[in-house]
Amino acid sequence: MKRRVIVAGLLAMLLAIGPLGVAGAQMLLNGAGATFPYPLYSKWFDEYAKIERGVRFNYQSIGSGGGIRQITARTVDFGATDGPMTDDQLRKAGGELFHIPTVLGAVVATYNLPGNPRLRFTPELLADMFLGTITKWDDPRLREVNPGVSVPAQPIVIVHRSDGSGTTYIWVDYLSKVSKEWAQKVGRGTSVKWPVGLGGKGNEGVAGQVKNTPGALGYVELAYANTNKLPVASIRNQAGKFIEPAIESTTAAATGAAKTMPADFRVSLTNPPGDNAYPIASFTWLLVYRDQPEPTKGQALAKFLWWASHEGQKYASDLLYAPLPPEVVKLVEAKVRQITSQGKPLLASRP
Amino acid sequence: MTNLGRRRLIDRLMRRLAALAAGLVVLPLVVIFGFLLYQGGTAVNLDFFTQLPKPVGEPGGGMVNAIVGSLVLLGLAGLLGLPAGILAGLYLAESRDRRLTWLVRFLADVLNGVPSIVIGIFAYTVVVLPMRGFSALAGGIALAIIMIPVVLRTTEEMVRLVPASLREAALALGIPEWKVILRVVVPTARAGMVTGAMVAIARIAGETAPLLFTAFGNRFWHQGLDEPIAALPLQIFAYAIAPYDDWHRQAWAGALVLIALVFLVSLVARFATRRPGGA
Amino acid sequence: MERLAPAGAGAAPSRLLPGAASASARSAVSGDRLFRALLRAVGLGFVLVMLAMIAALAIAAWPAIRQFGWGFVVESNWDPVQESFGALPFIYGTLLSSILALLIAVPLGLGAAIYLAELAPAWIRPPVGFLIELLAAVPSVVYGLWGIFVLAPLLRSWVQPFLGATLGWLPLFQGPPYGVGMLAAGIILAIMVVPFIATVSRDVLLAVPSQQREAALALGATGWETTRVAVLRYGRSGLIGAILLGLGRALGETMAVTMVIGNRPEIAASLFAPGYTMASVIANEFTEATSDLYLAALIEVALLLLVITVVVNALARLLVWSVGGPVKTVRE
Repeated sequence: MKRRVIVAGLLAMLLAIGPLGVAGAQMLLNGAGATFPYPLYSKWFDEYAKIERGVRFNYQSIGSGGGIRQITARTVDFGATDGPMTDDQLRKAGGELFHIPTVLGAVVATYNLPGNPRLRFTPELLADMFLGTITKWDDPRLREVNPGVSVPAQPIVIVHRSDGSGTTYIWVDYLSKVSKEWAQKVGRGTSVKWPVGLGGKGNEGVAGQVKNTPGALGYVELAYANTNKLPVASIRNQAGKFIEPAIESTTAAATGAAKTMPADFRVSLTNPPGDNAYPIASFTWLLVYRDQPEPTKGQALAKFLWWASHEGQKYASDLLYAPLPPEVVKLVEAKVRQITSQGKPLLASRP
Repeated sequence: MTNLGRRRLIDRLMRRLAALAAGLVVLPLVVIFGFLLYQGGTAVNLDFFTQLPKPVGEPGGGMVNAIVGSLVLLGLAGLLGLPAGILAGLYLAESRDRRLTWLVRFLADVLNGVPSIVIGIFAYTVVVLPMRGFSALAGGIALAIIMIPVVLRTTEEMVRLVPASLREAALALGIPEWKVILRVVVPTARAGMVTGAMVAIARIAGETAPLLFTAFGNRFWHQGLDEPIAALPLQIFAYAIAPYDDWHRQAWAGALVLIALVFLVSLVARFATRRPGGA
Repeated sequence: MERLAPAGAGAAPSRLLPGAASASARSAVSGDRLFRALLRAVGLGFVLVMLAMIAALAIAAWPAIRQFGWGFVVESNWDPVQESFGALPFIYGTLLSSILALLIAVPLGLGAAIYLAELAPAWIRPPVGFLIELLAAVPSVVYGLWGIFVLAPLLRSWVQPFLGATLGWLPLFQGPPYGVGMLAAGIILAIMVVPFIATVSRDVLLAVPSQQREAALALGATGWETTRVAVLRYGRSGLIGAILLGLGRALGETMAVTMVIGNRPEIAASLFAPGYTMASVIANEFTEATSDLYLAALIEVALLLLVITVVVNALARLLVWSVGGPVKTVRE
């Protein structure tokens, strides 16, 4: 009898749960990718669900590399990345893939030291710490740029990403621009061969690892440092000023690029000119196919992209992302209108 | 008799050491369970069982979708894995083909030791890629593959324990063999087979690795078996490695709930064996 | 037991009539055939699933196999930017963490098994045995959670500084104390495999015929001497099998290790250093491998892991079976 009871139980479980979903009958759009904008995206999807009740977005923050992989394998409806896809990757995508910029963010150096002093780093220092040539927090070169700050004689524990990551791309893109040695030894990519350090999974994992490890130094999106009350370092920009990561300094990094934006939005903002520009900032992009296989899903997606680049922008600054410059929003509007399904544009009727 | 004295001393020493070893083996259970009760117990509340997860960084919310998701995945895996495992187990116990049964038995034991993450990748290549999407179904299939060898081996053992006299008596009445197996042998072995099933379910209930690339996780309710689905172990993993204190709290709570589920199933399995002989 | 009379088959009421007997026999025979064919198909299907698994992985891994050949298992460069993949750091990390785990788990597991099977008072055996089985049922991710928040800080602030101060002259115990790393992975794995080793060894010991013990006791041996001379020696191959089963578990363990090992593809001499295992590199990088070659390399890692665990488990099973026989064997 027992087995029957169990089998019946299992069946009952399935039956009980089945209708629960069917009753709602909402459309589900799956996305995956960057962890960098995840705090904002999850806020967006939550807010958007209140406006468009028939559509839900399920977003898994598995890393930008994963976003690129899963959208090109078409296992998700949209991807997300903060390292632009390479020409080679775009060619292999099997269809025209749009990069739609959503917001700007800053990648910050964060650390775990007693008392969490405010630190300043030069580009050379950053590169040497991540190359493993500076190994102690009380290194003379570190003390030289941080006069009057008491730093312990602790070893520096570098924390980096273990997964393919756009945050990593931005970080190493910057290091490659400022350090020849880095460019030669390590290079650019969503995952690289790190000279030293511990791996953490996602921005969440790196922030968690830094928080749990005394003496740690890692890089995360500004929002992650902020929500976890982790200290962030000021970094010397091209103009020679030490700039703290913030919304204004991130926006300053984008002003130059907004005027010379390429048609496909793939642009690097790291190490920009400008007195007040924070040097390690980037756009973050959603990846969508120009031609959507299903009209209803495609239309829901296009509508959301429109919402995100307009109403959605107001949620950005609360989470320390910089909103898109108005010039870029215009360009995004034009791009989103180009999204089609079976040859028909999906947003023709929108303003 | 100093020699005897020495031997007695060694005997006593070894008894102590063995007892100490047994104590040390059990110790982590006590320690881990203590932490779970302490950390998880303070974090479990009604919201945990009734609310969906909140957006990143916002405190509050619960894991109700993950709890239900886990149950759905277990149900799916059971529906797929139990019949397959039981039939294969019957085959092992009843077939006279020595070589093939040896191979199946051997492969079952080997499959039992295959890392679950490898099975996850297998499910990704044969279910997720062709279906063009992560899904509850893919997760259920991966878990079913993991539970089959456990069910298979216990079924076989239990069926073999059925006295031959019982089977012969039934056969002597002229009843076809297949009916004897289904109506005499299986009911007799039922209690043991239930145990096997429960052990298998307890094992897959906590599996995380094979779900990473199959069930994938979902912040909301799933609406069909072809959609990604949340699962308790996935949620615990995601929350544990994240930096948010509130998520850590919920990860402990999730772990407590998960382990309660696993232990409950294990206990049921335990009681099922207490009464050999079935109905 | 339930009623035996088959319902609906129509054969039962007419069994006593000579004319219907042959028909009933025929339907019985064809029923049997069908049933046997079904069982056989399931058995064969099972074999096919196993083969399909190996084939699917091998096909998906083919680009990497063709590109790197044997270099894949001896190269230690894992560089997604240059698309150069060598799996040696993962193989090393997998083996080292598993061996570390066995060094801790084998003495404890065997000791506990001997205690439970031979030396413990009868009333203590069932509850302790049950506790150990429960320990085996704790999910991996729960161990990982505990590892991150309890074990790693404990290692970082107490154990590693102590080891570094006392045994720091050994390369094994040098370097900064991260907490997470090879040592943490080894300890977590030890906790995870010890119940397997203990329960399987206990069952092996219980399968040793009691005449063995009686003969030794009759010669005046003490309890421990009986265990050592008559039981352990007799069950030796089975115990080795039990240890190998534990090894198989440790090799493939994913979540808990991923959460505490530090995820760094490097071959370091120190146990304090972070490492990486085959299973955890798959867990971390599989969904995000951007290029086809990268993905194929990860699948080749999975294939290697599959082959290694299959060999270890096959060996373990044959050894365990050599004591108890394949049929009355242990249950996990």
